[in-house]
Amino acid sequence: MTLNVIEIRKDFPILQKTVRGGKQLVYLDSGATSQKPNQVIEAESNFYRLHNAAAHRGAHQLAEEATDAFEGARRSVASFLVAQEEEIIFTKSATESINLLAYSMGNAPEGNRFAIKPGDRIVVSEMEHHANLIPWQELAKRTGAELSWFSIDDEGRLDLSKIEQIIDTKTKVVAVTHQSNVLGTINPLRSITTRAHEVGAVVVLDACQSAPHLPLNVAELDVDFLAFSGHKALGPTGIGVLWGRAELLDELPPFLFGGSMIETVTMTDSTWAKAPRKFEAGVPNMAQAVGLQAGLEYLQRIGLSKIHDHEMLLTERLINGLSAIEDVQIFGPKTLNSRGGVISFSVSGIHPHDLGQFLDNQGIAVRTGHHCAWPLNKALGVQSTTRASFYLYNLESEIDVLLEEIGSAQRYFGTKK
Amino acid sequence: MNLDHLYQEVILDHYKHPENKQLSIDKDVQVHHVNPSCGDEITLNLSLNNGVIANVSWDGEGCSISMASASVMSGLLQGKSPEEATQILESFMELMQSKGTSKGDEALLEDAVAFAGVSKYPARIKCALLGWMAYKDAFLQIQGKSK
Repeated sequence: MTLNVIEIRKDFPILQKTVRGGKQLVYLDSGATSQKPNQVIEAESNFYRLHNAAAHRGAHQLAEEATDAFEGARRSVASFLVAQEEEIIFTKSATESINLLAYSMGNAPEGNRFAIKPGDRIVVSEMEHHANLIPWQELAKRTGAELSWFSIDDEGRLDLSKIEQIIDTKTKVVAVTHQSNVLGTINPLRSITTRAHEVGAVVVLDACQSAPHLPLNVAELDVDFLAFSGHKALGPTGIGVLWGRAELLDELPPFLFGGSMIETVTMTDSTWAKAPRKFEAGVPNMAQAVGLQAGLEYLQRIGLSKIHDHEMLLTERLINGLSAIEDVQIFGPKTLNSRGGVISFSVSGIHPHDLGQFLDNQGIAVRTGHHCAWPLNKALGVQSTTRASFYLYNLESEIDVLLEEIGSAQRYFGTKK
Repeated sequence: MNLDHLYQEVILDHYKHPENKQLSIDKDVQVHHVNPSCGDEITLNLSLNNGVIANVSWDGEGCSISMASASVMSGLLQGKSPEEATQILESFMELMQSKGTSKGDEALLEDAVAFAGVSKYPARIKCALLGWMAYKDAFLQIQGKSK
């Protein structure tokens, strides 16, 4: 069963657009942000048009409607992750989700299971996006904990050969990405979660690149926390998700203080509401949560397994095509097992910026640069790469256009006749 | 859009055959600049002698725009007085901010007018300015030292 991409594309108005003087847009940058279907645009604007009021405040009808809409969005995210409603925390982004966790852990008093002290260890990997690296770097600095990490092997997969030394008995947190935003690698979580839980550490999963593209079930993943961003999953910007196991959220202290997150307040002291409210100070991004709900429902209606299969068809086509071009190097797995629809490559003699500019001139949007994963680029021995990333609305013919224009770029920059 | 407006022959020539792209031993100051959005980087050595710019040498890794611009800049500023260099720098920055409306002052900028097309691509202006900002920083450091 393949996706009816032609029909799907009709829901995405931006894909009809022409750019750079009449070129049909070929959008291959969904790893950075996805485009939005009309259903999401409508849901977000309808919230403002019909239901806008501050959720969880006031007793008037609109406040009730806003609360219902916002909590409905929470239920929808819970069903998307096969989680409990009260385990879903809305943030403004996945970056905020991870920072929230790192700061909350940093606030944990002695005796709390999250308290981190000098000599403890925090484990990350070399393939992390800056958003799942720097918050932990900084937490390590603030607490005196040691930061340790998994390297990558030649195929762009995590080197887990020293897992027992890296996740040692002092480890408190293991924060890894589910799928690399540069390499496309999908990481084997079972061995990581098993070892982490053996030593009493919690596992934080950066699911930004996987949640929009793969069916996820938090119980099966066996992780303790998971973050993803709405805007990569057809939703609006300004909305992110943090999922955490209920019993862990109970014990985790809050990070942001203010309205909505309290139980009682006096002039000198306050107590906290239960999760998720404990972590949602301030009037939340309600319209964006409702927009995300529409996005996730859209994905579920199409089917995430089918979406992944479709992206793997495109991935195979691009890997085969790139392999046939002289002077092209692919970074990351060249086989289709345990990988997603993100392919980074370089064309010798043409800097990624120049290649990206050339492709842009032909209407093709790809990402160039270090992709917010500077240490990974260093490990790969490159300063930057060009990245194509796919979604449910991409056509096989768009891969062919990309491949053809890479050839044109080689001729334009004089690296090939 | 015609890409040739951006990738002028002069730019591609300088990219393939950059000038002064070898750090000279003779230097008053060395600076290292990075474009954090893409990772392009440049190291630049600068020395002044008898009130003129005696030597601008550099090394770096980056796209054709950033490397060619550093090459043109290094050739252009060599032998100029700091005042002349400042005037050239300001004229180049003005050109970069012109959004494609200016051809640039050829008498002052010489080959650097080839970068006029860059001003139509906001994402690339920082590339073109990388080497120039490194020079500016190096010059300010020398000035600071002499005070």
